[in-house]
Amino acid sequence: MLIRIDADGVILSGLGQGGVYRTLTRNRGYCRVSRFTPHTEEDVREMLDVIGVETLDDLFADVSPKFEGELDLPPALSEYEALRDVDRLAKENVSGFPIFLGAGAYDRIVPSTVGAIISRGEFLTSYTPYQPEISQGTLQSIFEFQSIISELTGLEVSNASVYDGANAVAEAALMTARLTKRDPKVAVSKGLNPRYREVIETYRVEVVELPFEDGTTDFSETPDDVSGVFVQSPNFFGVVEDVGAASEAAHGVGALCVAVCDPISLAVLEAPGNLGADVAVGEAQPLGMPLLFGGPYAGYMATDQKSVRQLPGRICGETVDRDGKLAYVLTLRGREQDIRRAKANSNICTNQALTALAATVYTALMGPEGLREVAELSVSKAHYLAERLQASGFRLRYPEAPFLWEFVVELPDVKKANQALLDAGMVGGLDLGDGGMLVAVTEKRTKEELDTFVGVVADAG
Amino acid sequence: MLDNLIRTKGREGRRGYTLPNNDVGETSLEKVLPKEALRKEKPRLAEVDEPTVVRHYTNLSRQNWGIDTNFYPLGSCTMKHNPRANEVAANTPGFAGLHPLQPEAQAQGALRVMHELQGFLSEVSGLPAVSLQPLAGAQGELTSILMVKKFFEDNGDDGRTTVLVPSTAHGTNPATASMADFGAKKIGLDEHGCVDVDELRELVDETTAALMITNPNTCGVFERNMKEISEVLHEAGAFLYMDGANMNANLGRMRPAEAGVDVMHFNLHKTFSTPHGGGGPGCGAIACSETLAPFRPDPAVERDGENYVFVRPDNSIGRVAGFHGNFGQMLRAWNYIKMHGPDLRDVTDMAVLNANYVRARLGGTYQVPYDELCKHEVVVQPPKGIKALDIAKGLIDHGYHPPTIYFPLVVKEAMLIEPTETESKETLDDFVGALLELAESRPEELEEAPTHAPTRRLDEARAARQLKARW
Repeated sequence: MLIRIDADGVILSGLGQGGVYRTLTRNRGYCRVSRFTPHTEEDVREMLDVIGVETLDDLFADVSPKFEGELDLPPALSEYEALRDVDRLAKENVSGFPIFLGAGAYDRIVPSTVGAIISRGEFLTSYTPYQPEISQGTLQSIFEFQSIISELTGLEVSNASVYDGANAVAEAALMTARLTKRDPKVAVSKGLNPRYREVIETYRVEVVELPFEDGTTDFSETPDDVSGVFVQSPNFFGVVEDVGAASEAAHGVGALCVAVCDPISLAVLEAPGNLGADVAVGEAQPLGMPLLFGGPYAGYMATDQKSVRQLPGRICGETVDRDGKLAYVLTLRGREQDIRRAKANSNICTNQALTALAATVYTALMGPEGLREVAELSVSKAHYLAERLQASGFRLRYPEAPFLWEFVVELPDVKKANQALLDAGMVGGLDLGDGGMLVAVTEKRTKEELDTFVGVVADAG
Repeated sequence: MLDNLIRTKGREGRRGYTLPNNDVGETSLEKVLPKEALRKEKPRLAEVDEPTVVRHYTNLSRQNWGIDTNFYPLGSCTMKHNPRANEVAANTPGFAGLHPLQPEAQAQGALRVMHELQGFLSEVSGLPAVSLQPLAGAQGELTSILMVKKFFEDNGDDGRTTVLVPSTAHGTNPATASMADFGAKKIGLDEHGCVDVDELRELVDETTAALMITNPNTCGVFERNMKEISEVLHEAGAFLYMDGANMNANLGRMRPAEAGVDVMHFNLHKTFSTPHGGGGPGCGAIACSETLAPFRPDPAVERDGENYVFVRPDNSIGRVAGFHGNFGQMLRAWNYIKMHGPDLRDVTDMAVLNANYVRARLGGTYQVPYDELCKHEVVVQPPKGIKALDIAKGLIDHGYHPPTIYFPLVVKEAMLIEPTETESKETLDDFVGALLELAESRPEELEEAPTHAPTRRLDEARAARQLKARW
């Protein structure tokens, strides 16, 4: 940034506006943005001379139409002032309360180590690893992420992640069409998160709805012209579905089975790959990502080796360097947009390297036993809450259906119950708008919070 | 061959994290789930302690270069310094702990950030409506083109089958057109490397839905005929979409709306300094005209009296993300813009100054195919007989991240250099010095580079031939 301080040290000047010094009126003796742009006035002069122009304006001589005004933005703030605003606005949110909302994003414990690793500048400020010689950190972490996803899903190959769970689902829908060479048309039920279904539809895939009764999907009458059959387990209402039945139904009509799974659930539930699923996708947020009002998260996608060329997104593979040393590199690049352009299998460019790294570090810290314990703690607490609610006279919507940590309870007035919970310092479950509240319970909830929840809901009537 | 994966560093029984005690009594999984639903085999994951995890990933990070460690003049990617205040903002507990489905009344602070950021992007682009939902630049492109698609569908115009894409375009442009069920038709360049307006006049007809333009284009040259281009399209009832990857050259100097742009995307991770994170997450917010505003994704944030609310635009294309978008990146970009205000123009001025300085210093030794004013980046070619790839790898031995190479596709042996505004003259002088030195090198010597990096050149063919993508 250009600075020139006059005799009394308060007025600064810059080069611009038709070759004269543009007086930048600063209310203190320095420019507020100079901390990010190192140039002094002398630097700018010398550089303009080398370029062979007089002023900064001359560098924009070819710009048409020019914007000649000043951007109507609030005046520049110092870091301190900006962060004071952040704190002020953060206080306008309801936060720090126990959260009973789930429906695709879960209030789970994030170990301190996760944040410490992903805020290292070498990871944080690097780009897509196109230069593998100086990107082995990112590349190996992607390889480890892929390995974790392959292990959890029981499928052979995973990609480096995609934008989020909803996009993983939509990309899987398109993938089934390419693999079956059918028109993109998929069978789903109400058990699929409605937001995932909406993204599938945005991506111009036709959706047919399968019957959904007593909390589970009936796959017995799957139409024979679909490219994919989706089974979310646990489904949107928390119920564990029969992935094997979905696979059989899909294969019976020559379609592919896509399982949509919460990765934490795969610590205790059979891997979809072992139940016949051809593709497994889902939201990796529960693996060490804060809620952050909906993102950034990461979507995962896995499939079997024979389908790998139709898997969208980055894939990292093992190889060697010239000295024979083992190393990692982005591979099967011929599927991607920067090589194949209009014929690429998706326009997808980035993965979610940093949030995928969070998932990798989280899983390393937990290990298989830790993941299982997160799942078991959540199951224990959710079932405790469900039993207490039933003992207080409330009915579960699907009392016979198996669930893990999310369930629907019928309440006389969900809105009222949620208001009462908020007054008691809690964020209640999702109001389904039909007398049902979708309640999620994670390992973070304590017995005291669960008991309070029951008491407040009972009092709300 | 021995690998160094986290799984090799563990031992059965080790743990890196302790969870709270079970205070409600155990519910046995066997009791609540059918037997066939239960997992039979433990996944083969690492079993390691916390110190091992920290050391492993810290050491991995040291094999990576980032903006924090090295100059990173990667063209088309805008690798500018990432202010740490943005990280503090995104980690503020009142935002980090906010569930996306909390009712609007419980998230007024977050909605206000989104609403203000919509306003900032609207001001910078001159376009009245914004959606922050797209999760990456490529998704912002797709969102824009799907909005155009739905506009024609809702108007019963089913003859719009083609999207025009200049030969300089990013690969995502034609891929996006295909994904939205359009045919992508290539359009050529004039002698300045800009869209050929005469060819455009010939190509545009009643089947044209849109032209996807990048401005400045990927040669770093300003598309000076934007206004005329937009008029040709608008006369034919088609739209002008602008790929905003290169907005770092335009802040406060050119507003796309005034050049006739109907819809564009921003890369908050390029122009507004949110970290690239090794390839994501980003944010590909879009801005558009009143005509296209009703087609924006669901939801947009509006102000309703004293409150901020989510609304579904009337003819919305639907959702492109599970929730509201990458809110963390919105918060960072909002904070960045607040720390700059109208001085955002200085960002552009210094970015363009830096690129032109590099162009002027390299000219004579390197070929500059479009040797006129460039904007925030410059495309050059190595002296005859030397490959761009070899220069790139040689730069690594000098401590510089290479520029983008072999892109744009229209320039042979292209090296696309984007210094950004956050680099000093000294850094640029040293970098130019290294490039001039490399230009004098013997090709067979360069072919060995890099020799000082964590690894040497890789056998990329082997990775594809014998795919091994997991432990």
